Formats: sequence, structure tokens, C-alpha cells
Amino acid sequence: MASSVLSLASAGPSASLSSNGIEKGKLNLGNCFKKEKTNLFLKTKSVGRISMVVASDVSRFEGITMAPPDPILGVSEAFKADNHELKLNLGVGAYRTEELQPYVLDVVKKADKLLLEKGENREYLPIEGLAAFNKVTAELLFGADNPVIKQQRVATVQGLSGTGSLRLAAALIERYFPGAKVLISSPTWGNHKNIFNDARVPWSEYRYYDPKTVGLDFEGMIADIKEAPEGSFILLHGCAHNPTGIDPTPEQWETIADVIQEKNHIPFFDIAYQGFASGSLDTDAASVRMFVARGMEVIAAQSYSKNLGLYAERIGAINVVCSSSDDAARVKSQLKRIARPMYSNPPVHGARIVASVVGDAALFKEWNAEMEMMAGRIMNVRQKLFDSLSSKDKSGKDWSFVLRQIGMFSFTGLNKAQCDNMTNKWHVYMTKDGRISLAGLSLAKCEYLADAIIDSYHNVS
Amino acid sequence: MIISRFLRRGISTASTCATRRSWWDHVTPAPKDPIIAVTEAFLADPFPYKINLGVGAYRDDEGKPVVLQCVREAEGKIAASNFLESTSTAVSSKFVEESAKLIYGQDSNVIKERRFAGIPALSGTGACRLFAEFQKRFYPESRIYLPDPTWSNHRNIWRDVHVPDRTFRYYHPDSKSLNFVALMDDIKNAPDGSFFLLHPCAHNPTGVDPTNEQWREISSLFKAKNHFPFFDVAYQGFASGDVERDARAIRIFLEDGHSIGCAQSFAKNMGLYGHRVGCLSVLCNDKIQAMAIKGQLQQISNTMYGSPPIHGISLASKILSDPDIKAIWLKEVKVMATRIHRMRAILREALERLGSPLNWQHITNQVGMFCFSGLNRAEVYLLAKEFHIYMTPDGRISMAGVTTKNVDYLANSIHEVTTCDQDAKILHNTDAYRINTDIRFTSLGASKSRARGMNLSL
Repeated sequence: MASSVLSLASAGPSASLSSNGIEKGKLNLGNCFKKEKTNLFLKTKSVGRISMVVASDVSRFEGITMAPPDPILGVSEAFKADNHELKLNLGVGAYRTEELQPYVLDVVKKADKLLLEKGENREYLPIEGLAAFNKVTAELLFGADNPVIKQQRVATVQGLSGTGSLRLAAALIERYFPGAKVLISSPTWGNHKNIFNDARVPWSEYRYYDPKTVGLDFEGMIADIKEAPEGSFILLHGCAHNPTGIDPTPEQWETIADVIQEKNHIPFFDIAYQGFASGSLDTDAASVRMFVARGMEVIAAQSYSKNLGLYAERIGAINVVCSSSDDAARVKSQLKRIARPMYSNPPVHGARIVASVVGDAALFKEWNAEMEMMAGRIMNVRQKLFDSLSSKDKSGKDWSFVLRQIGMFSFTGLNKAQCDNMTNKWHVYMTKDGRISLAGLSLAKCEYLADAIIDSYHNVS
Repeated sequence: MIISRFLRRGISTASTCATRRSWWDHVTPAPKDPIIAVTEAFLADPFPYKINLGVGAYRDDEGKPVVLQCVREAEGKIAASNFLESTSTAVSSKFVEESAKLIYGQDSNVIKERRFAGIPALSGTGACRLFAEFQKRFYPESRIYLPDPTWSNHRNIWRDVHVPDRTFRYYHPDSKSLNFVALMDDIKNAPDGSFFLLHPCAHNPTGVDPTNEQWREISSLFKAKNHFPFFDVAYQGFASGDVERDARAIRIFLEDGHSIGCAQSFAKNMGLYGHRVGCLSVLCNDKIQAMAIKGQLQQISNTMYGSPPIHGISLASKILSDPDIKAIWLKEVKVMATRIHRMRAILREALERLGSPLNWQHITNQVGMFCFSGLNRAEVYLLAKEFHIYMTPDGRISMAGVTTKNVDYLANSIHEVTTCDQDAKILHNTDAYRINTDIRFTSLGASKSRARGMNLSL
């Protein structure tokens, strides 16, 4: 670390320079004896970064470059910059109404109002989060009557949405299973690998998406899971796979569970869309519950960003289903130990909203209805898109994968060049992997989109 | 290690868990966080006159948590639209700008020239953690110098990012004040370009702050050594009651041309504890560098939790940017700080009135929420066990937990444990202590009568 060791009192032209100073070439010795210190700082800026007087003038973060732009964010920004009247933003990862407006759930508005009226205090939550929230979130995922809950075998800690919950789990893995790998699907949500990288957990991919069928490469998936070193963590999307929209069938889930048990792997679920995929909370939790029913120890990260629209409040949870309540207690204590130097304790507002909605019978019922509505809109849009594609495309290509896929996202099977065509010619914004967000599509725009897809698929390679 | 674990596991069938080995066998229970353990012990105590002097959350004179008026006003003005991710960015930017103005000065050139990289953070802890990650990423071989003592979580934070810590001398246990000579010595002896964590006001846990003059000297020495000053600002407004005054140390460093880093927390001064509202800023040479650093910081937070929750950020942003609400806030901060000053004065007077032979000046000399009482571990233990008064083992008292109703009981209790028979004090074992002293220490009812005997008015 270069440093000029000078003080104002002894500064003089003969004083030594830091190597930084020489590099930049320009000196301004006139600054040395200025009385006003604030001006010094400014002056220095205008004549180059050298000053003999203030040693710390050259920022020590000189060499820091811009981080690479987030690919998904980039899509929204490009969309904003486009003035074409028919433009369509299918990069958005948040639910939109038929009018393509953002949507705040009615139950959330109600719960928020209730909270405002209650006027509760804003004290620190315990490190593990709001007890009422932790209780309802585990019950929601595993079912209130699940033996694992009754036997207190689940370590549940409130986390900051899915991301924060995944990070807590990753840190736990790094600490207690050093060297163990996490297997993630190819493709998967972009932030998964970043989370594991920053948590210093090694990862590798298992085959998942088959571009030939625009469906699941089930054999590849099973083979790769089998091949992984014993005791690997297998990251699974509980429902509504992001980004493909392709989920295993119930039978396929059973086979996946068989292989995982066989190889002594540990299943690690990321459940970001419970209720949002099919409209039913229970149906969407079926995969996780099946694993748990087999007596397996399971890690499960939850998020309420989509299903309750609480994106900005960052509310989720990490659950570790253990063999005993004692294990669960110890695991929970270690999760807390990881959380404390990250943020001390989690935020209260989102937790109270979820606890409110799930804990109140009337609000819970309303929530279920709103979720059915949101999921229903997406399914309607899929149907309309499929219908438009089938009727407009005379080539006989099978577009039924649109109907088989589920959730907010769909992998269209378009390659990068085709995606560019979608954007450049048709002003349809999507990510370069061929993913479209059905949440950003309205019934009214389905025909236009179908035209765009057909054109890109057939006329561009 | 991994292999042997798996040899223990057979292929599991759909049998019950009872027959299977657990993945988590080797996970030991984590040690309790010392500060939180105090609150837990307090909560578990059935004694009606118990006092919690552990965690640093403000309480009013009734011993109740407070939701500030400015917070309620701000909340009334925030629309439900804040839930939408589309407005989040705008709200966050506004919040960061206002936070920066608060700490660097409304008219600071740093703000005008946008020479800072700022992002919202999960209160002070989150801001420190982001900076620690950033430091590790770009200065992987560096260390962090922490004052001795410091908030216990500081060490955890830098340890979890694998940045080793060193301490610099700070607190003088004999005088219960700043050990300035040793402090300067340690700053001088640290290798050039070291990273230092500084508390700009209301040092936690000691309440001992450098004077402005001392800050100037520290700043000069930092310049000479090219050290990086990182400020943990958890109590702006809480120390003196005046937010500008409490920012003095930072303004001095800015005047001297340092490019500092700053973790701000709005947990205490806005009472937004559970909302986790904070801000991390790093000063830069120019706007371009600021953007680069901001991008890097955002990446770091994206893999940890995404972004902080919008509710708290909206509240803080509203409070800082709405002149009427801000005025209310500044008054409320003054009220909170004033109450604490008063409690300090009353506690000290009470101890002196009791004829304590010890010097209790430090109670009023120290600043902010905490008083480093000087009580030793045995005394702290006795205070909890016999008098149902809870504080961290280092003798740190959260003055926010002291009220006009409990201050006499507190003074009497402290007096008792510090002036007991010398032999009894040596006995750290309470059973032995009980045997040698009064039976009345052993029962709840007896404790109650003790309390009454101490003129505890409730």
C-alpha cells in the first residue's frame, strides 16, 4: 500500500512522493500550504489525484471496476428505453394484472392496515425471527398435522425472502459439510450460483432442460444425480421451475427421491412459488411433503415474494427437517449464529403480515382465492398463447409444452439469435436463454406474441 | 471426514427416522450470544421488580418500548404502493441520499459531487457486514483494527468474512475513560494503510468518546499512516441529543480529506429496531468510482438477501425528507437523550448519597446509551442472581433501561454488591456466598421484602 508520509507542518518540495504520485505525473505543490482543508480536497480532484499533503487522497478503491450488469435487470432497462407502442416486457419476474400493472394483494393491504391500527412496537425480533411467523410458515409448507412439526423436528428460521434463506443454508453447509457440493439444475435461477459462490460452497450442474423436447431431460437428471459424490446436496425447485417452467411429474419425483436416498444425498428445496404454480398451496407443496413423508432429512427455503406479492419486504424462511428435536434445536442455534453477524435479526414487517394473513381464517381464505386468481390468469394466458400458436403456425410444430409448463416462466426453446429477433424486430423483451415471463403477458397480447415467436422460430436460426 | 460419515449411513428405506442416523449429529449447540442471553435470562425471571439493563433498546420512563411519533406520522403517509418493486428503487435512492446528508452534512461537497457509494443495509450489523465483505473482496490480506472493548458482534462480523482482527487500546479501566496515549500509540504502530473501526460517538460498550481535539489528532495521525477509517454510527443524536454535534468526528475526518466508510443505523435514533434500517456509504474520488463501488456492494448484498425491506427504508426516508416530520424527529431524539442524561445524573447521585466509597463519576462522564459500570463479573452475577438486575457480563449497563422508578433499587443493589464483606466478594460461588450471609437472599418473597426495604417505589 503506497503512502505518502507527510504532515502539513513539514511539507516541502523536497519531500518524497508516493509511487501513485509519480504515476499520475502531475503535482500541485501549491496545495500544500493552503489553509482551507476542504478546498484542498476539491483542488486535488481537478488537477489529478496527486497531492503531497493529504496522504489518503488517492482512493484505495482505485482499481475497482464496475460489476457486470445483471442480465435480468438489463432487460427491464432496455424495455423502458424502447418507445415502440407494441413493446412487451416478458423479462419481468413479478406478477402483473391483465392490464399489465403491478399488483398488491388485497389481503396484504388489509393486513397492513390492521398492523397500522394495532400500532405494535418495533422492537428487535429474536435472531430466529417472529415466532408466530415461523410457526405458520412451517405449517404451510409441511402441513399443520405433519409429524415432523408435531415432533418438533423442524428447525425454522425466518430469512430475508428466498435469497436470504438460501444463503443461511449455504453458510450452514459450508460450515458443517466443508467440501460437499451442491448440485443445481441446468439451467436454474441466475442467483443460485452467485449465492453458493459467495458462501464458498462448491457446486456443479445436473442436466435438466432438454432443448429437443423443450421438456425435462429426466434420464440426464437422474444420471447426474447418481454420479454425484455421496452426500451431495441436490437443489430442487419444489414447483414452477425457474426459468424453464418444467416440473417433474409425481412419478418422476418418486424416482428422484429414490436416487437421492440411494446415494445418501440431501434434498435441498427452493420453494418460491407455493400456491402460485397451481393455485393450491397443498398441491404445490406435494413434492416436499413426499420427501419428508419418506423420513428424509430435508432443507427447504421459502419465499413469500410471489405468492403474497411481498417482494420488497423480504420475507421467507429456511427449514431444516431433522431426525430428532434435539438435532433441530442444535441446527437452529447454528443458523442463528450465522445470521447474527449478517444482520443480527430479521425484519419485522413482512413477518407480521404473513403471520396475520395465514393466522386469520378469513384472511387465509381470501389469500387462497387471490392466489387461485393469479395462478388462474397465468394458466389462461398459457392456454391462449398455445391456441394462438397452434392456429397460426402451419408447420405442425408441437407447441403443447406451453401448456405442460407451469408457473410464471416458460422456456420457449428459442435460441439467442431468435431471442434477439424477438426484441429487435418485435420489441418483445425476454432473457437470452429463451425464457418468457407469463406474468408479463396479457390475453390481449397473446396473438401478437404468437406471431413473434412463430416468425423467430421459423425465420431465424 | 465426509466419507466416514457416509459409511455410517445405510441405505434408508421408507422406515421411520428412529432407525436412521442423522445428517446433523455433528452439529453442536451454538454458544449463546452474550447480549441476547441477558434478555433471555431476564425474560425467564419471574421476579416482579426485575430490571433489564442488557440490550440497547430505548425505554421510556415507564420502562416501555417507544414507537416515535415521527414514525407514526411517516407511516400514515406511506402508500401501499411501496410494496411494488417498481417504486422500491426510487425510495431506496432517496433514503441513501438523505442518510448521507444526515451524516456528512446537508451541504457537504461529498453529496453535491455524488462522491459516495451508498446502499441501504440491514441496520448497523448489515452495513458493517457489507463493508467487511467488500474489504475482504478487494483487500483480501487486510485486517480490521477494533477498539478494545467494542460491541461483541463486530468481531463475529469480520470473523465470518475471514478478515482477522486486531485490537487497539481504547478504554482505561482504572480511570474509566479514554486511554488516549495508548490509543495513539497503537494507531501509530499499526502497519500503514490499516483498516480501523471507529465509534464516532457514544462508544459501545464504554460510553467513552474522544473529545473534538482528540479526534483531530486521531485524524492527523490517520492521514500520516494512510489508515482507512470505518465509522460505525449507531447513535447519531443519542449521545448529545443533537445530530449535528454527534457527527462531529466524521466531519473532522472529512475536513481532513479522508475517504471514509460509514455504517449508519436508524435502529436507536429512530426506534426502527425491528425494521432493520441502515445505510452503508463509502467515499470515493468521483461519481464514476462511486458507481463502480455501489455496483460491487449491490452484488454483495444480492447474494446475501437481495435488498433490505422497503417498509423501514420508506419510513426513514420520509422522516428525513419531510421537514415537518423531521422536526418532530429531532425533538424526539433530544427527549430520549435527555432522559438518559437525567438517569445518569440520578444514578450517580443515588450512589453517592448512599455513601459509596467508590468513584461513580464515570456514570455521568460517559455518553450515550451505555455505562461501563466497572462492575466485575462476580458483581454482575450477583446482581442478576440476588437482585434480578440483568446486564452483560462486562458490566455494561444500558441506561435506557433505568427509570425514575427503578433507579433507587438499582443504586441500592449496586451499592450492596460493591460494598459487601471482602471475603464474601472473593467467593464467586453463590452457594458458598449464601451460606455465609443472610438466608433472606434465597427466596423470591425475601427478595421482595428486600426491595421494599430499599424503598423501592413501584
